[in-house]
Amino acid sequence: MTDLSTDARLTGPRLAACPACDVAPLAARQAASARAQPRGDVILSLPTIHCAACIADVERALKAMPGVRSARVNLTLRRVTIDAPGMEAEALIPVLDAAGYEAHELDPGALSATAADRQGRDILMRIGVAGFAMMNVMILAVSVWSGAEDATRDLFHWIQAAIALPTIAFSGQPFFKSAWRALRAGRLNMDVPISLALILASGISLYETWQGGDTAWFDGVVMLCFFLLIGRYLDYRSRAVARSAAEELTALEVPRATRLEGGAEAVVPVAELGPGDLILVRPGGRIPADGTVAEGMSEVDRSLLTGETIPVVAGPGMALSAGEVNLTGPLTLRVSTAGRDTTLSRLTELVASAESARTRYTTLAERASRLYAPVVHLVAFTTFLGWLAGTGDVRLAINIAAAVLIITCPCALGLAVPAVVTVASGRLFRRGLLIKDGTALERLAEARVAVFDKTGTLTLGTPRLADPEALPEAARPVARALAGASSHPLSRALAAALGDVVPAPVEELREVPGRGVEGFWQGRRVRLGRADWLGVEDEGHEQASWLSLGQGVPIRLAFHDSLRPGAEEAVAGLRAAGMRVILLSGDGPGPVGDIAARLGIAEWQAGIDPEGKAAVIRRLQAEGAGSVLMVGDGLNDTVALAAADVAISPASALDAARAASDIVLIGRDLAPVADGVTTARASRNRIRENFGISFGYNIIAVPIAILGFATPLMAALAMSLSSITVTLNALRLR
Amino acid sequence: MEVLVFLIPVSLALGGLGLAGFIWSLRNRQYDDPKGDAERVLNTEFDERPPQD
Repeated sequence: MTDLSTDARLTGPRLAACPACDVAPLAARQAASARAQPRGDVILSLPTIHCAACIADVERALKAMPGVRSARVNLTLRRVTIDAPGMEAEALIPVLDAAGYEAHELDPGALSATAADRQGRDILMRIGVAGFAMMNVMILAVSVWSGAEDATRDLFHWIQAAIALPTIAFSGQPFFKSAWRALRAGRLNMDVPISLALILASGISLYETWQGGDTAWFDGVVMLCFFLLIGRYLDYRSRAVARSAAEELTALEVPRATRLEGGAEAVVPVAELGPGDLILVRPGGRIPADGTVAEGMSEVDRSLLTGETIPVVAGPGMALSAGEVNLTGPLTLRVSTAGRDTTLSRLTELVASAESARTRYTTLAERASRLYAPVVHLVAFTTFLGWLAGTGDVRLAINIAAAVLIITCPCALGLAVPAVVTVASGRLFRRGLLIKDGTALERLAEARVAVFDKTGTLTLGTPRLADPEALPEAARPVARALAGASSHPLSRALAAALGDVVPAPVEELREVPGRGVEGFWQGRRVRLGRADWLGVEDEGHEQASWLSLGQGVPIRLAFHDSLRPGAEEAVAGLRAAGMRVILLSGDGPGPVGDIAARLGIAEWQAGIDPEGKAAVIRRLQAEGAGSVLMVGDGLNDTVALAAADVAISPASALDAARAASDIVLIGRDLAPVADGVTTARASRNRIRENFGISFGYNIIAVPIAILGFATPLMAALAMSLSSITVTLNALRLR
Repeated sequence: MEVLVFLIPVSLALGGLGLAGFIWSLRNRQYDDPKGDAERVLNTEFDERPPQD
């Protein structure tokens, strides 16, 4: 807990827009003095609060502190905002700890809640206005339906117009704007027929009112607007919830770097780095600050920054930027720019490209609207032409065409998807699955094959060295040096087991992905890695790593690993859902076969390198085995995670893996994966049923409208009934 | 039907009152923490005091 807050002590009030932004304490101090804040807001995440007593405890404890002006808990977001000028989170967290509440510092800049809040409030306001107008217009409309005539009817129509027209102008703006954007780009979206119906029906109703006619559609127009705005709000809400949870994951990750201080390694917050510092970047880690390579050879993945998918070779002298991912070998970096501006702009780019990574998928809603929009326009226009040709009466023809547009307008369609997605993602969030991407649920529903990684996914990925005594005293410094250069779980376990050993000076340390680490020590090539790489046969059954000192027989290091809780349920659940489960691992056949047998996975492959995993996935997709779900956590899974149709990673995964996946498992338990698949499939069925309901209603109503028998009362009834049916159908998912 | 002269303005005014109330509650950020507000009712302490300087 205290380590999470260390950088706050060093940087002063957090003004940065992102965790990695305040790279230099100098820059942070300058910014702090330049922009003195009237409020000293500190935001803490409180994952364990749940009741009224918790709120009271937390607020009481904080307000009792001198210097705290106010503290307000938000239970919905599980956060507390503290207004305490000049105070740091470091001073506040122990107070909450003492009161029995776990607290983590959140970066206020990383939580762009204000902008999102404003958007949500804006839609709510439009809903409120539309709701008010709908009720009042409906009261007047009911009296017209029940037989008001002549002057009374005209008066009621005029009052309806006076309420409805400003309402449409205000509440209809989201639809008009979106339709205009689509039209300018030469596309048709669902908002084009909606906007057309709103404008045409309002126009024709106004004309009829002016002419003293007996039909006005003001009630239908306002009602349409109201229901569609509710759909829009639900859609916005589910996106906002996913985004704020994802932001919280980022905000929690207070970035750290491994700084080399006279040969010793020290983990320091990124904010403490200054130009000229030497930092060590392990394979799989994101480069924390801009700098040039001082030592080491590696490959660097720049795809998150530039979109290049081919890794770039990095060697001494090469300039690297914060946010790139170091792939194969440890690099020593000399920090060059630690300025906030460069890093800030890069991180913005990073977020943008991560968001647009998997946008090519067409959702059910998009497919429906692509089919729907032209058909609606065609039907309305044909109706207009037909009536014009039949009667020669332009006013009647326009009236009936407007009725067709109002009747076919996708009122229930607008609710069909958002209502289901809101209910489904709420249910999954309660079970511990965080949906990062709007289309992830649909892609998950289509998955037919589940591919699992073993280490860190099906197992906990925190192996322990089985027998430290098996390692001779003389080999320990070399083993420590080799293990320290890798972020592979076995290496970490080995490094942890040899924590008190001083590493030997091994040169040219290099991680070969999927194989191991090698280097030169006393002129000999030393290797730590998989058996087949070291040219030996592994007879054992458990996980093992081999250490070669360049002479003599390689030493076998056995590790214990335990299954992740819920792994059995997840695999059984996926098989029950009719999915093909495959286990792909870079590990040896012994441990992989062992785990596969324990979980009842028939198809497994061991000793696969990262490209091999992606190749297996691409082959499955090409063979027509169906969409592929990849569940993985490591550096060696990122290619496969990106290649799969939908990807899930545990919260403990490497940040590169989490960035490549659509869904993040919040807890340690793996069982929600199976839940996720069944819920996703159920929600896809609900969406289809909802489309069926709204199309079914159109099939009955459209002929009536085309024949000119539609009345405003019919439109109002059908619209509200179909919207309620669709919403109730979505709620069945809960 | 002369009563309509009163009834319609009255009904509009009442509806408008509701709308104004809704907009006021929105502006006052009353929808920011629905779960917390539901729980705060059970709190015996008066926690809405103005900020102390």
